[in-house]
Amino acid sequence: MIYLDNAATSFYRPPGVERAVVEGLRTLGNSGRGAHEPTLRASRLIYGAREQLARLFHAPDASRIAFTCNATEALNTAILGLFSPGDHVITTVSEHNSVLRPLYEMEERGIEVTYLAVDEAGRLLYDKLEESRTEHTRAVVVTHASNLTGNVTDLGRVSEFAGKYGLLLIVDAAQTAGLLTIDVEKYSIDVLCFTGHKGLMGPQGTGGLYVRPGLSVRPLKTGGSGSHSYERHHPSVMPEALEAGTLNSHGIAGLSAALSFIGEAGVTELHEKALGLARRFAEGAGNIRGVRLYGDYAAAERAAIVTLNIGGEDSARVCDWLWEDYGICVRGGAHCAPLLHRALKTGKQGAVRFSFSCYNTKEEVDLALQAVRKLSE
Amino acid sequence: MREKREYILLTFQTTSEAMAMERFCGKREIPGRLIPVPGEVSAGCGLAWRMPAEEFPVYETAIRDSGILPENRVRLLL
Repeated sequence: MIYLDNAATSFYRPPGVERAVVEGLRTLGNSGRGAHEPTLRASRLIYGAREQLARLFHAPDASRIAFTCNATEALNTAILGLFSPGDHVITTVSEHNSVLRPLYEMEERGIEVTYLAVDEAGRLLYDKLEESRTEHTRAVVVTHASNLTGNVTDLGRVSEFAGKYGLLLIVDAAQTAGLLTIDVEKYSIDVLCFTGHKGLMGPQGTGGLYVRPGLSVRPLKTGGSGSHSYERHHPSVMPEALEAGTLNSHGIAGLSAALSFIGEAGVTELHEKALGLARRFAEGAGNIRGVRLYGDYAAAERAAIVTLNIGGEDSARVCDWLWEDYGICVRGGAHCAPLLHRALKTGKQGAVRFSFSCYNTKEEVDLALQAVRKLSE
Repeated sequence: MREKREYILLTFQTTSEAMAMERFCGKREIPGRLIPVPGEVSAGCGLAWRMPAEEFPVYETAIRDSGILPENRVRLLL
């Protein structure tokens, strides 16, 4: 089997991750729910993971990192928790449904949304940011990298625009956390949403959000917090403000082990290896007759994603052929990015996405290229 | 009954602050440990840093300079 579906979820993980989860299952109590050793062990582990994430994202304070079960929950928390009727929000057609659907929901509750368009390579039309703004604009919600094309957003440019007008900047880092350097202070990011199971190589069911000090987000969930038990309202102090119920300490144990690995190996080093493989594949696939690539491959900074179609062949069928005949795992069909599919005119055909990790090899890339070549004949 | 002893309790608003205090004190070898907040003490978070009352003055400045702000400080027989 050749696993090239890392943008969906990581499959090969640092060896310490599995060990940490098993160890967690054997040793951890419920974090924040007492002072006996098993519960303190869980509290220490979760606090340590917050610190690791704060370091990774250059956040000023570990308490500004709240855990969720994935990026979708983090994005729902931010989008449903920050806006009110009458607000206007700028987002982009590159967004995943985890951004779009909460925004659609908020549109029904009375906010207005403008969707920044892209060009034929899926590049955001930054020049249209200014004309997208209204007197009610409150925020820009933007993906750091498209899960469909792998194009990376120029956060410097968006941040400058948001800063100029005092807008909140909410970033979806589902495809970049652990892969690209993210500095929340440098780009004045107000909320950063991430998942633990893709680039961070932790277990599924982990994720979270960073919230800038001083910014208050209405919680998506309320309930048990291990603190302020006699108050009617959920605590408003971070991180408990955005965490209700028992945290996934076993998953976070695995995530913490993955973060340790990434810290030692280096974000840039790991990404360069994956991106090098993606570029090798893109270069080869781009030379195959009948293959069309989607995305900006001339850009210096990209996610390690290569998306293509073979002639007019249905992408789900190509995806299944790759699995059945070659044992290659990729993603076909629609990629939860409906507006971008429409913009790239792949609404009906979908697209075949190859996504690479530091654990893939050149040999696997070349075998995948051979398979695409064969299917294109 | 267990013989009681006088302690200083530092309470916190969040578990994260309690964990930060434990980490800080551990690194500096400040004596004490996290305990569940006793019923007579009102606190946000259910954890308190407990240390022998007679030792508290020795470490009071270090704790104050830690940057971790306890919600409350209580002297208690436990």
